[in-house]
Amino acid sequence: MAHAKRSSAALFNPSPPLLLLLPLLLFSHLLPRALAADLGSGDGYTIAGRVKLDGATSKESGLPAKLTNIKVILNGGQSISFARADGYFSFHNVPAGTHLIEVAALGYFFSPVRVDISARNPGKIQAALTENRRVLYELILEPLREEQYYEKREPFSIMSLMKSPMGLMMGFMLLVMFVMPKLMENIDPEEMRRAQEDMRAQGVPSLSSLLPRSN
Amino acid sequence: MTIRACLGLMILLLFSSTISTALFEDQVGLADWHQKYIGKVKHAIFHTQKTGRKRVVVSTEENVVASLDLRTGDIFWRHVLGEIDRIDQVDITLGKYVVTLSSGGSILRAWNLPDGQMIWESILQVSAPSKSLLHVPANMNVGKDNLILVFGGSSIHALSSTDGQIVWRKELSTNSLEIQQVFQPHDSDIIYALGFIGSSEFVAYYVNYKTGEVLQQSKASFKSGFCGEASLASDDVIVALDASRTYLVSISFRNGVINFQQIYIPDLIPEFFGKATLLPSKYNGILAVDIASSIVLLRVKGVNELEIIEKIIHPSAISDSLPLSKEQQAFAILQHDESRIHFKVKFDTDLTSEVLKETIQMDGQRGNVEKVFINNYIRTDRTHGFRVLVVMEDHSLLLVQQGEIVWSREDGLASIVDSTTSELPVEKEGVSVAEVEHSLFEWLKGHFLKLKGTLMLASPDEVAAIQAIRLKSFEKNKMTRDHNGFRKLIIVLTRAGKVLALHTGDGRIVWSVLLPVLRKSETCGNPFALNVYQWQVPHHHAMHENPSVLVVGRCGHNFDAPGIFSIVDAYTGKVHNSLVLEHSVRHIMPLPLTDSTEQHLHIVIDNNLHAHLYPKTSDSVKIFLDEMPNIYWYSVEVGKNIIKGYSLEIKGELDMAENVFQPKELWSIVFPSKSETIALTATRKMNEIVHTQAKIIADQDVMYKYISKNILFVATVAPKASGEIGSATPEEAWLYAYLIDTVSGRILHRVAHQGAQGPIHAVVSENWVVYHYFNLRAHRHEMSVIEIYDQSREDNKDVWKLVLGKHNLTTPISSYSKPDVTVKSQSYFFTHSVKSMAVTATAKGITSKQLLIGTIGDQVLALDKRFLDPRRSVNPTQSEKEEGIIPLTDSLPVVPQSYVTHALQVEGLRGIVTTPAKLESTTLVFSYGVDLFFTRIAPSRTYDSLTEDFSYALLLLTIVALVAALLVTWALSEKKELREKWR
Repeated sequence: MAHAKRSSAALFNPSPPLLLLLPLLLFSHLLPRALAADLGSGDGYTIAGRVKLDGATSKESGLPAKLTNIKVILNGGQSISFARADGYFSFHNVPAGTHLIEVAALGYFFSPVRVDISARNPGKIQAALTENRRVLYELILEPLREEQYYEKREPFSIMSLMKSPMGLMMGFMLLVMFVMPKLMENIDPEEMRRAQEDMRAQGVPSLSSLLPRSN
Repeated sequence: MTIRACLGLMILLLFSSTISTALFEDQVGLADWHQKYIGKVKHAIFHTQKTGRKRVVVSTEENVVASLDLRTGDIFWRHVLGEIDRIDQVDITLGKYVVTLSSGGSILRAWNLPDGQMIWESILQVSAPSKSLLHVPANMNVGKDNLILVFGGSSIHALSSTDGQIVWRKELSTNSLEIQQVFQPHDSDIIYALGFIGSSEFVAYYVNYKTGEVLQQSKASFKSGFCGEASLASDDVIVALDASRTYLVSISFRNGVINFQQIYIPDLIPEFFGKATLLPSKYNGILAVDIASSIVLLRVKGVNELEIIEKIIHPSAISDSLPLSKEQQAFAILQHDESRIHFKVKFDTDLTSEVLKETIQMDGQRGNVEKVFINNYIRTDRTHGFRVLVVMEDHSLLLVQQGEIVWSREDGLASIVDSTTSELPVEKEGVSVAEVEHSLFEWLKGHFLKLKGTLMLASPDEVAAIQAIRLKSFEKNKMTRDHNGFRKLIIVLTRAGKVLALHTGDGRIVWSVLLPVLRKSETCGNPFALNVYQWQVPHHHAMHENPSVLVVGRCGHNFDAPGIFSIVDAYTGKVHNSLVLEHSVRHIMPLPLTDSTEQHLHIVIDNNLHAHLYPKTSDSVKIFLDEMPNIYWYSVEVGKNIIKGYSLEIKGELDMAENVFQPKELWSIVFPSKSETIALTATRKMNEIVHTQAKIIADQDVMYKYISKNILFVATVAPKASGEIGSATPEEAWLYAYLIDTVSGRILHRVAHQGAQGPIHAVVSENWVVYHYFNLRAHRHEMSVIEIYDQSREDNKDVWKLVLGKHNLTTPISSYSKPDVTVKSQSYFFTHSVKSMAVTATAKGITSKQLLIGTIGDQVLALDKRFLDPRRSVNPTQSEKEEGIIPLTDSLPVVPQSYVTHALQVEGLRGIVTTPAKLESTTLVFSYGVDLFFTRIAPSRTYDSLTEDFSYALLLLTIVALVAALLVTWALSEKKELREKWR
């Protein structure tokens, strides 16, 4: 990790005119040091980075997701920053040490990021995702996954109707109606007659007589 | 055999098709509601010049910047800024950006007006956070690059409005300079900055707007000093108040020559006494002075000549001036007249007459007008019309136009202090037959529609109708108690001292009352709302009475300030009784005792640790004296690192009229302040119900939970690591968790977490504690669980002992008996930071529990307690699996479907409250912050009732089909038999 002062000056000054910014952006992407820790004139460093929702589209409209309500939170609420339209954010006057950055964006799951600002080596900073320990060479935060807050309603299918208690009842009934006579047919007519006689002898058939006896 | 196989198959299918606990998208709003608020408005800027949507941009005391629809009061967008990032000022620049200055004048941000997207952010180097001023030039020629000026911390920054770049910066003075007024005469490049250095020196700067060059600077000192308030009277005269607030000092600074003139206020206003306040306003030659009884408008005729124009008797409020043209400014005056408010608009050119005079009827529960913001519009006849945005004493926000309240927002609900619930009245007997028939028909129709919906046969119109029926369910919004206990009143206390009752069905306000004792008065200058408790919950003895709640407050922020009590009817909001106590309120203990009228007994501990019993009746004293030997309490002195346990005693004769009891110290635990500071304490909820002490584990074995109401969880951290994350290294951070019995002061368990620090959040329930903290070594958040089991009951498993009667099941559990406990614990990683934590509570305590975790993203996550079971292992045995033990993982799962707030956020989340419903499976969850969110959840699914989704129509259809089939088969068999007989 190199000193990031130079790149930070180029990349993370609040807003150079757009035309100027673009080539600088391209240039700095060639170098693995978009991490910025800038020893400002205040009593701390500046952490700057970018939230990226690439390719992610919001579910309702299908339009690219907007960064209007994305909060970037340092150390569990010590300070809160907001992402700009291009996704850039920054924290100022952060002391040297190990910090935690979290991104709160509805619909996305971001891993918290561990950011180390070295005190001995001013400007040297390191970052890693805490969820999977992946080291970040640039502080570009991308969601690990999109979050679906609702259960998907299964489209109507015969199977789901069959699975419902009522469907099962119907199915069972149909089974009895159509399969039972078939079973009866397979029975030897002699036995059948005997059984019928038995039944008549017993009078009204009771439920217990219907159940197969285990003898 | 076939039948048995079929049955088996059926049962198998039945169980495999279980319903998920998560929500479907079309179920949103059925059991939950969400309300968005912003808080008490501090500044408001109107944006009505252009055609299109008319907006008002506001910043609030809850640190929200928001854009509201001026027609309806709805929120277009809003942002909640960080806690230490207080908004100082807000303005609109270039007609398209909202600019906020925050953090003591050191952060300037621009937000896109239509959608709230942050455009740029600038950090200003301010030597010390101080009073800061934002100056956005009024001349809005878009072609020209407008500069925004920020005055603060004795320097001026000029920033470009388009991108926030600092154009120039000027250090004015190294001393404690406080700029009071900034103005720019029309069509000039010179900025006048007027202020005070220290308390006695006045200074005027003339600064070039484009370059920041100080053209001229003049200073003069005034010997009796200034109080720091000043009001600009004209282009060369500013009027200030002296340090004693009894003299007006008019300062002229024409051409850099400073002259002071003192005017003794009583000479001018004979009825004046006490201290005056200058109202910050920018009128041409007019000054508004607030004296105790009224607002006085003064005209500045010359340097030493002031003339009274009008006295506006309090309660009243006056707005800032609104420039209409170069010469003319308008301002609004709102004055109370009992339940009405007179709204007047005047021009500064003609103060004797009123341009507009309207009278508005005002709800008495909103209190006095606190702030007024004026805005104008052009009527069809090209004259000016005026509207005002009014902030009331209860923090509500109203828009008044043409003598009517166009809309109102109950923004006091953004600052809820405490809440409780109350049951609704029982339904009266006697329901008419017609009503039943009608509802039956409606019911059938609804279910038929629903069936169509499930079979996917419904047209889009019908789908909409289904949704409407479900949302507007008449059942859920009734004002009576229901069988399942879902309908209740949530009674909330707001910081403004207003008590509101919200219906759990749809979140509407049933009643609201601004408590008179919690309003500013002469006896109590700074009232402060603390808590709300259940006072009287009648269920058998006093059935005809309404339940009531006790609201507790304090006169001022100090612990020794006298306490305030108010008893409010839970059904109507009527104040039964209110009083200012003679003693302070430090701690309140609701006792599980009631008197003969079912009023709950409360012990109030004052600052001298004396205990006062309420209600003060002889009846309650008698009940209390019986129970007094069993009452123990403790106090946590965070600063001194001491926890002390007490019981109560009577010294000498008990004064029946006073009911004061003395504390008797029983034990104390002193934490070594060099290595530990108390970070958090937590206890079980007083009203929590535990179903059984026994826990059946695998192999039919039994474990006995150690269940005690007196468990106190204490977490201490290393003093070096008591700050935020990032302030300590893992080597210098540690956390100790203690379980303390509050009766005996015995430490039941103590565990150390090396390299861990706060912030800590904890919940205690049944026999377990779950706490959330930060692990510095792994640099992740962690959650730990401690479960505590009673060993002394272990022997009871021996059947022979039970048979021979040698068991100890009947021995009472006492804190004084030697505890023989075992403790199991485990830790897991958790992804998010936590703002608040709670646990579900059910009526009988049978249902398994879920933790409700308010995450840093302002969502509420429901996490099954089973994930925090210390008996989880990597490879659970077969029997453990059957018991429901989940294989061990190093981190707790965050399943998006288990967010109880689904796709919503409770902005600025501060608290989560759970209340059991009557239905055992269900818990009511109310979470509050800037927003409110209510829902009901079933941690083990609704096993005791059919879900909303249950299709009665399908059931009916099946029965009909079955009957039809039965008839058909019967007919067929008859026929067949006949044929048989003929053969």
